[in-house]
Parts: sequence; C-alpha cells; structure tokens
Amino acid sequence: MTFIDFNFYLFATLLIVAALGVITARNPVHSALSLVLAFFACSALWILLEAEFLAIVLVLVYVGAVMVLFLFVVMMLDINIEQMRKGFVRYLPIGALIALILAAQMIWVVGPVGPDVLADDSLQQAVRHDADYSNTKELGRILYTQYVLPFEIASVILLVAIVAAISLTLRRRPKTKYQTPGKQIKVKRNDRLRIVKMDAEAKE
Amino acid sequence: MMIEFIPESLITFWNWLPVYIQIVAKIVLILVPLMLSVAYVTYAERKVIGAMQVRIGPNRVGFFGFRLWGLGQPIADALKLMMKEVILPTKANKFLFLTAPVLSIAPALAAWAVIPFDRGMALTEINAGLLYVLALTSIGVYGVIIAGWASNSKYAILSALRAGAQIVAYEIAMGFALVGVLMASGSLNLSDIVEAQAGGMGNWFVWPLLPLFFVYFISGVAETNRAPFDVAEGESEIVAGFHVEYSGMAFAIFFLAEYANIILISALTSLMFLGGWLSPFESMAFAQGSFLAETSMLWFFGKTAFFIFCFLWFRATFPRYRYDQIMRLGWKVFIPVTIVWIFVEAVMSVMQWGPWAV
Repeated sequence: MTFIDFNFYLFATLLIVAALGVITARNPVHSALSLVLAFFACSALWILLEAEFLAIVLVLVYVGAVMVLFLFVVMMLDINIEQMRKGFVRYLPIGALIALILAAQMIWVVGPVGPDVLADDSLQQAVRHDADYSNTKELGRILYTQYVLPFEIASVILLVAIVAAISLTLRRRPKTKYQTPGKQIKVKRNDRLRIVKMDAEAKE
Repeated sequence: MMIEFIPESLITFWNWLPVYIQIVAKIVLILVPLMLSVAYVTYAERKVIGAMQVRIGPNRVGFFGFRLWGLGQPIADALKLMMKEVILPTKANKFLFLTAPVLSIAPALAAWAVIPFDRGMALTEINAGLLYVLALTSIGVYGVIIAGWASNSKYAILSALRAGAQIVAYEIAMGFALVGVLMASGSLNLSDIVEAQAGGMGNWFVWPLLPLFFVYFISGVAETNRAPFDVAEGESEIVAGFHVEYSGMAFAIFFLAEYANIILISALTSLMFLGGWLSPFESMAFAQGSFLAETSMLWFFGKTAFFIFCFLWFRATFPRYRYDQIMRLGWKVFIPVTIVWIFVEAVMSVMQWGPWAV
C-alpha cells in the first residue's frame, strides 16, 4: 500500500463514518458538525484526484460559508429530537428504496453489469500529472471556451436565485427607524444646536 | 539566499535525511519562530498601546534578575496559563468544549504551509495557494462558534452568533479583493504573485489595487475579530464573548490563534500588495550593488511587522463599531467597492495599464 492509497482509505473511512454521524447523531448540532467533517474528508479525496480547485472551493464555500449559516440556524432553534424521530419507521421503506436506486445506479456505471466505462483508455491509464500541472487553469480554460454558454446560463440562474431570495425576505417596515450614516456625518452644529441668550436673573 | 554560509557537511547531512523528516524539520522551523513571535506580539501590543496611552506597559519581568524592559513577561504569562486549571462548566458539551480551541488554532497554523518567506523558501508551493489560504482563514470561525455553543452560556452563544455573521459577511469582500490580486498577477501561487510585483516599489500591487488593499486589510482585521471589529469579544457588553467560560491553557490557545491570525493576515497583505520579500529600492540607482536592492527575508519581515503594528495601532485608536454598522460596512460598502474595482481592473487590463503593461 502506497502512501496515497493509505490516504485514500483513511479519508474514505472518515467520510463514511462522518456521513453515518450526520444521520445517527441525536443532537442536530452534532449532525451539522459531522457534515462539516464529511465535507473535509471529501475534499481530501478530491485532492487525491488532483482536483485541488474543486476540493478547496468545497471547503471554502460549503464549510466556510454554508455550514456556518447552517450551524447558526441549528443553534438558534430548539429542535425537539423525539418528534423528529417519530416518522423514522414510517419513512424507512422510502429511504431504503432511494438508497437502493442510488446504489444500483453506481453499480451500473462502475460495476461489471452496465456500460463498461472503465474500459475507456483515458480512464484506465489515469497517469499522475507533473508538479506544475494546474487544475485551476485547466478548469478555467474549459469553462470559458467549450462550456461558456452553459456556464453563463448557470450563473444567470444563480443570480436570479439570489434576487428571488432577497425579494422574498425583503419587507417594507415603515415604522422602523433607520439611520443614514452619511447624513449623520454631514450634520453641522447649527442643525442641532441653538444658543439662547438669556439675561441673568436677579438674585433673590 | 544565505545558502553560501552553510557548511558543505550540513547540506550533505540534510540531503541524506528521509523526506518526511525534512518536512517535519521544516514545519518545526516555521512553527517555533511563529509561536515565539506570537508570544512577543502580545508583549508588543501591551508596550505599543501603553506608549500610545502614555503609560509604561509591562516592565517588571525579566531574566536572571535583570528587568530588560519586561521582556520576560510573555514567558511568565505562558507559564502561568499552563499551570492553571481548565475548568469545565456544568452541562457543557465536554468533547466540543475541548475541541473548539484546537479548531481555532489549527487553521491559523496550517495556513503557514504555503507562505513563501523568500524566493523558493516555502514549505510547499501549491498552485492554488491563494485559495488554500482563503479557505483556511474562513474555517477559523468554527472554533468561535463551537466554543460559544459548547460552553452552555448565554454570553458565549451571543458572541458565537455575532462572530458567525460577521465572518461570513467579511469573507465575501476578502474573496473579491483576492480576485483582484489574482487578476493582476495571473496566478494563484503566492510566489508567482510576489514575482509579478518585481521591479521596485512602483510595481507593487498596492498602487493599481489601492481600494482592494484597504478592503482586504480592513476585512482581515474584521476576520481576526480584532478592535474595532471585536464585537465577538465585546468585553463591555457580553463579558468576553465566546471564551468567557474558558480558563488556563484552553483560553491561552484561543489567544494564540488570534495572534497567529494577526501575523498571518499581515504576512499575506505584505505578500499580495507590498511585494513580499522584494526590495522597495530594487530599480533605484542609489541602491544598486548594495544589500538594499537585493531581495531578502528581512524585507518580508519588515513589511509584516508594519502591518502587525497597524493592528495594534487600530486597537489603541478606534472605538468599537456598533454591530449594525459592521454589517453595513461589510455588505453595503466593501462588496460594492470590490466589485466596481474588479471592473476597473478589467478596463485596465484591456488598455494595458499598470501590471498588465506588456
């Protein structure tokens, strides 16, 4: 077993354990943290596949931003775990069916029954690239040439989603008082302050 | 490089060592000075802020009966914190409570793996170095969030929520600022980014990317939860925030992580905007032939030290931001500024100005 193989099995085991942790942990915060660990193990596996850009972006986007917000919400909610577990037996058959379909698809693609993808020469001899190979550069080149239209369409869809999310949560609340820092800074003494001259009052 | 001063036998011995021992030795060579500088940044902070507030600062603890301007203070503090008991609050989640400090210091130290100190002097030179650093600085927030949640304390959870929202907000601006840097250098590799700024002070990215430089550094201050963005600590409102329940070494590790992050952000700013190890007088006539024109680690350390000083200076100068103003600055000021400047950069690159000149 080479060092790379060792790493693969280490992170693959970690990934499976973490994924099991996501669905078995009693505490939702533990579940969310297990998911973070799963993302990490997954990104380590992607680095082994020389996809360093995707691996780091996975950590950056999912671990660094999405899961932070997720944890944020989970910590704020008082989730009743017992109630969440109630439907477990009822939904078990559907869950098992979906798992079975997923497994069958995977076996179909890489297993011995379906189309023989692994027979493809380029996959058979997946040679290691040189040290100066940049996965980021390759990815950028292909995204902006061959797949430029799908890429742009995907980004426009994401933009629409952002606009939609913001417009869903945007409520006009006319009673709320806002401060405008620009106005606060621009304010002059004479706008706020009035000096009143008064005669001294007579001593009693 | 100082390689000519090293005796031949030492180099043969080094080459004879197995690779993994070489790597471990390099890690030790980076981390031990880093930890020492963390200790002395705390001392520098107390001295600098003391001077700015017309106080003396620590000046009692020295070595072997000599006071030495209080230089023994960080060592004494470290020893004291190591001796103290780590108290576990009742009903705290023990495992997460003790994991949180580790989670906050691990990314702060791991990011140093890609920092180049001089030409060819880095632990690893990975092609996606910039992304790696950005990813690691963004996961430092887990330490804070988990600490806040696991200590089963109201103040701590309030601080965790503040820190979470703040870091997510500033990370976007930070990421966009880095997009500007990589547009100018055409590379994600930190060494290549520095080399792209060669040719004296005028070629540093700080000039064509001036707004991004400010956005990056200020976001860095916010990302490390330092004053004036230290609402996560907010000692006047929520006692000490996420580490209110921590004591002894567990508390000290949060402190180490904070200062390691300060040094990291300073080092990154000097690498990406001020030409890292490049000399400012590279192409100037008076410096030719002297050490002033040469690239050296000392330039890098000097620039980093300047930014660390800025961190301390900010803390002594600015009052703490109000929370809604922090959010406004992050979302409504910094993000539009960076987006506009990325467009300006695109125009500059088409017109072949600045770093895009052929």
